[in-house]
Amino acid sequence: MSGITIPVQTDKPKLAVYKFSSCDGCQLTLLNLEDHILDIAGAVEISFFLEARRRVLPPPYDIGLIEGSISTPEEEERVHQVRRDCKYLIAIGACATSGGIQSLRNWANVKEYADLVYPSPEYLKTLETSTPVAAHVFVDFELRGCPINGDQLLEVISALLAGRKPNIPSYSVCMECKRKGLPCVLVSKGEPCLGPITQAGCDALCPGCSRACYGCFGPMGQPNINALGGKLTGELKQSNRDMKRMLRTFNGYLEPFKQASDYYERLEKE
Amino acid sequence: MSDSKKNNGNTRTIRVGALARVEGEGALHLVMNGDQVEKVHLEIYEPPRFYEAFLRGRDFREVPDITARICGICPVAYQMGSCHSLEKAMGVFDDLTPEIHGLRDLLYCGEWIESHVLHMFMLHLPDFLGYESAISMAEDHGDTVKQALRIKKFGNTLMDTVAGRSVHPVNVCVGGFYKAPDPQAMKSLLPELEVCLDLMCKLTLFLAENITYPDLVRDYEFVCLNPDEGYPMNLGGLISNKGLNVSQEEFGKAIEEIHVEHSTALQSIIKGRGEYLVGPLARLNLKSEGLHPRAKELLPKVCKLIGQDLPWCNNFLSLPARGIEVVHALAISADIIRNYQLPKISRVPITPRAGWGAHGTEAPRGVCWHEYETEADGSIKSAHIVPPTSQNQITIESDLRELARLLVDVTDEEAALRCEHLIRNYDPCISCSVHFLKFSRDWQGGRSKSLARIAGGA
Repeated sequence: MSGITIPVQTDKPKLAVYKFSSCDGCQLTLLNLEDHILDIAGAVEISFFLEARRRVLPPPYDIGLIEGSISTPEEEERVHQVRRDCKYLIAIGACATSGGIQSLRNWANVKEYADLVYPSPEYLKTLETSTPVAAHVFVDFELRGCPINGDQLLEVISALLAGRKPNIPSYSVCMECKRKGLPCVLVSKGEPCLGPITQAGCDALCPGCSRACYGCFGPMGQPNINALGGKLTGELKQSNRDMKRMLRTFNGYLEPFKQASDYYERLEKE
Repeated sequence: MSDSKKNNGNTRTIRVGALARVEGEGALHLVMNGDQVEKVHLEIYEPPRFYEAFLRGRDFREVPDITARICGICPVAYQMGSCHSLEKAMGVFDDLTPEIHGLRDLLYCGEWIESHVLHMFMLHLPDFLGYESAISMAEDHGDTVKQALRIKKFGNTLMDTVAGRSVHPVNVCVGGFYKAPDPQAMKSLLPELEVCLDLMCKLTLFLAENITYPDLVRDYEFVCLNPDEGYPMNLGGLISNKGLNVSQEEFGKAIEEIHVEHSTALQSIIKGRGEYLVGPLARLNLKSEGLHPRAKELLPKVCKLIGQDLPWCNNFLSLPARGIEVVHALAISADIIRNYQLPKISRVPITPRAGWGAHGTEAPRGVCWHEYETEADGSIKSAHIVPPTSQNQITIESDLRELARLLVDVTDEEAALRCEHLIRNYDPCISCSVHFLKFSRDWQGGRSKSLARIAGGA
């Protein structure tokens, strides 16, 4: 086979990158580290990364990055092999850490969904639910974001190589927003912003574009959803349906977004 | 990663466990009878995610953020299809300002640059030069890879500047943009843009001059957008070289989607005719007169070096076609940025209404067409999305059928490589339909001893 010419340096840590049900955006975030990608390729042996290379080195791998949720019977099996093959397993992105946007099926009937989209739904092999990797196997670290932030990914890889804990804050987007000196879209524009309950990591991108945060990094550590919900449904006149919709997006199946969205759904139906 | 086993009697099955360097998951199954190809199945088993189902009931303003997640490589294509369709449904499409159209083109140029350069140099070129990846290729062609990474990075920076980030941009909304980009930040891109434009012209000539393109000429029906002026991207109806000429609204009725057992992606045909091809080759063959002058002046040089004038009916030439398109995208980006001033409005106001709208735009890999029905409160009643790779799927299978005939005498491992190379011509986005090819070839009645060979090839 062509191309298997580089000498394999076995002393370098071996990196594997896996894809499950996803859009490829988090793997692409790794490839988008243009200034660093050749350095990364120098520091670790990229041993399994189908989107980037054909050559596959045999397991075990030191670091496994896993993108995507578990949504098919095949994936449910495969994720256990991935866990066995990797010393450290890192779930990257909203799909792998929450089940992703495709977990909206978890509140619906998959058969009805399949009938809507496909003329011959009997051809499909799919699970009733889309769930995060940690619902199936132990993961060593979860990196949030839809998509993940490239600098945070570099931090996680560097920390693992250095044998220390990754420095990934779990405070809210509000912290980043204030540090950037952006006017508060919630207070000054009256937009229904999820920044106060959403984990930082995007560098307050949406408020930077004068729009409300829509929660693509998922819930912060111990968010006060009740307090924000009171403000949004009261002063800002959002309906319970709006609240449910806002919470059920890319991290909707992740607690406590899930629990809160179920709460607003109950209110909606009352 | 292949294993080959003899089944009972004369049937032989070969499996290759991975189609690397594409975006998505798929498998290829060939059944051969002597040197005849009995069956070609490009299986797409990317897990179904049911976007069209869960979009129902969502607010129309959420749609571009949600459909972006269909594909991390070409989120803008999905955002543009959603926005234009929903603007039609809400009756504001004709209110869009030239500034909004310009910014949309600029953002889309960023996506074409980053997606095309990723595909050309990281995923596709290693096939032509005989490497397993760009990482290995970089050891011998370090400058080429570094220059390509520089241009790709510029594409991402351009998207960051216009829309916040390159994967799932946040600044796009139905009606325009949440915020007009800062003119100073835009102008500061120009020096690097000029460098990248020169580099890309050189790299395109390098590709035209130094690569032997395998010969696989077919009689394709090319389909692309037909803007009144310029090169296909956001606006215009749809045309083909075989008589298709429809409005955006009529396109859904001009095609038919088929569901086959071996694929989770629906396949498209033109009604009453059959397979067609979307993507860079279609755009270049049908609308080269719309290219930016910088790209237009490069085209004859590229044709001369390859030894082939337009139309190019060999999809291995999609590699230089993408090169010309990147030059075009960089050049029109420079024009848009030079003329950019802070617009009076960044988006048109919208009052929700019940309606219907349909619109497709040119994703890097070809036409990506959407249609939506909305309720009076602006929530989505129905959604329908036709991504590019599913439109190309039958054409890919036909290419493979042609190629498989010529691969009778090569080993299964080599045959799998050649087939993967061909599939990569389409830059298949397997997330939006098809990433990961398993290859199998069954022989009925034994292997033929024919000496047919494909010309060229890596």
